[in-house]
Amino acid sequence: MIRDRKIECMPRDELKKLQSERLCALVARMYDKVELFRMRMDELGLKPGDIKGVEDLDKLPFSYKKDLRDYYPYGLFAEPLENVSRIHASSGTTGKRIVVGYTQNDIDMWGECIARMLNGIGLGKDDIVQVSFGYGLFTGGFGLHSGCEKIGATVIPISSGNTALQIQTMIDFKATALCCTPSYAMYLGEEIERLGVKDQLKLKVGIFGAEPWTEDMRKKIEESLNIRAYDIYGLSEVMGPGVACECEYGQGMHIWEDNFIVEIIDPDTGKVLPEGSKGELVFTALTKEAFPLIRYRTRDICSLNTKPCPCGRTHIRMNKPSGRSDDMLIIRGVNVFPSQIEEAILQVSGSEITPNYQIIVDRVNNTDTLDINVEMSEKLFSDDIDVKAVDRLEKALVDKMRSTLGIGAKIHLVNPKTIARSEGKAKRVIDNRKF
Amino acid sequence: MIIHQLSVFLENKKGRLFEAIETLAKNGINISALSLAEACEYGVVRMIVDDTELSKSVLKDSGVVVSVSKAVAVAMNDSPGGARDILKVLAQADVNIEYMYAFVGKTTGKALMVLRTDDIEKTEKILKENGLGEVNPADIYRI
Repeated sequence: MIRDRKIECMPRDELKKLQSERLCALVARMYDKVELFRMRMDELGLKPGDIKGVEDLDKLPFSYKKDLRDYYPYGLFAEPLENVSRIHASSGTTGKRIVVGYTQNDIDMWGECIARMLNGIGLGKDDIVQVSFGYGLFTGGFGLHSGCEKIGATVIPISSGNTALQIQTMIDFKATALCCTPSYAMYLGEEIERLGVKDQLKLKVGIFGAEPWTEDMRKKIEESLNIRAYDIYGLSEVMGPGVACECEYGQGMHIWEDNFIVEIIDPDTGKVLPEGSKGELVFTALTKEAFPLIRYRTRDICSLNTKPCPCGRTHIRMNKPSGRSDDMLIIRGVNVFPSQIEEAILQVSGSEITPNYQIIVDRVNNTDTLDINVEMSEKLFSDDIDVKAVDRLEKALVDKMRSTLGIGAKIHLVNPKTIARSEGKAKRVIDNRKF
Repeated sequence: MIIHQLSVFLENKKGRLFEAIETLAKNGINISALSLAEACEYGVVRMIVDDTELSKSVLKDSGVVVSVSKAVAVAMNDSPGGARDILKVLAQADVNIEYMYAFVGKTTGKALMVLRTDDIEKTEKILKENGLGEVNPADIYRI
């Protein structure tokens, strides 16, 4: 079902006109309310009046993840806190988190974006949706939750974790839809097969996102849970999940262009690339009140599909992101920067380990694994070798990684001078996953 | 008597112990005693060899983490109660044993015990005072 035919099927020239109006209003509002944006406009000698429509978009300055860190926590908000009704946050490149805010209108808009998807893939008020994304500062749980409320579905806000309870709940409460990360869906599928309870499930569809996944994974999830599996994309800086969503045809994710303008740029030059090219995704959030963004560099590498979709929606589709233009890793749905790992290692012990480390990411049985090799220093072996001290060191590193990254890592203490030193930039990260 | 033992740190992987031992064999080093302590991911092999310094340098050259440390060697009767007599005096003197390993000597017919305690010097002194098992270096390093 198409929820909002007027908007979702709006002819592209009208859509462009709508975007232009909203962009001009946004530029004026941000110039007035966000100091950093005003400074960048002034540096470029631009006034809000110079922007007449989307054709002028490439004149505007980019914004970056670093901005959110530099203006932590509220420096980029365009509304006073009295109008902000919710905060979300996610990990940044270093210890400091990045913080975003939402007014009630923003939350409604967010819910609408997701509601379009939910209706599109056949969900409605008779459905029971198990939201197994984490609830909390992470945008996944609450994002899907508000979408479910918009369509009048019954929400089970179970949040993430506790697989046995997840399966029991989905059976007992007769859930018809499941929302979680694709790797967790794979795991649930395996457990359900192992328990032999597949025929007790009432699931019809699943909405999966927050980490990269493949068509092969989609097939496996669909088989093991006996559902249709759909992809959802988003990032907290821009809004959260629902910036782009698959429709019932599942052939790329529609970007809701009444709320977001998308560009594909060359990550090195910043130049906008022609339609169909592969490059970095850049979003402008047109309608958000508390935390609008202009030309935000996502660092996701992706291409757009401008062909008309068989569903009749006119909004452009994005393909699955194929990589990153920075060194961020997405591990089990969590953003991890190698710099965070480095910092954590340095904080654990100065003399017992060296700053030489290597990060190995893989996917085993469809779950991401994070292994960190840390080089021990000769000092650890200056007298007798104490295995207990080595074990203590390992445990300290495991604990530190969990508290810093929010996910578990397997630590391997390796012999001194066994991690290769390279001439130039050290090869710190080995990602063996295939997307 | 205070002796020098070799400690080799090994990742808990197939073939690592073999590689270290082979290095010693190739260099004509004889092992008098060997003990393997294990943790989850790592193991430590402690050895008494006939040439400690040579062993250390050839192992180090082969990329193995190795250290030389002190321990106390003591001889005991190879009969019931032999170990008890030694442990009793140490317990009475409040010496804490971190680890130990024992083996039967070739020439003396006595059993030998290697002890690592929280105070090596004190341990040696107590054993001496109690007239317990003085060891001949030749027996320990090359049995």
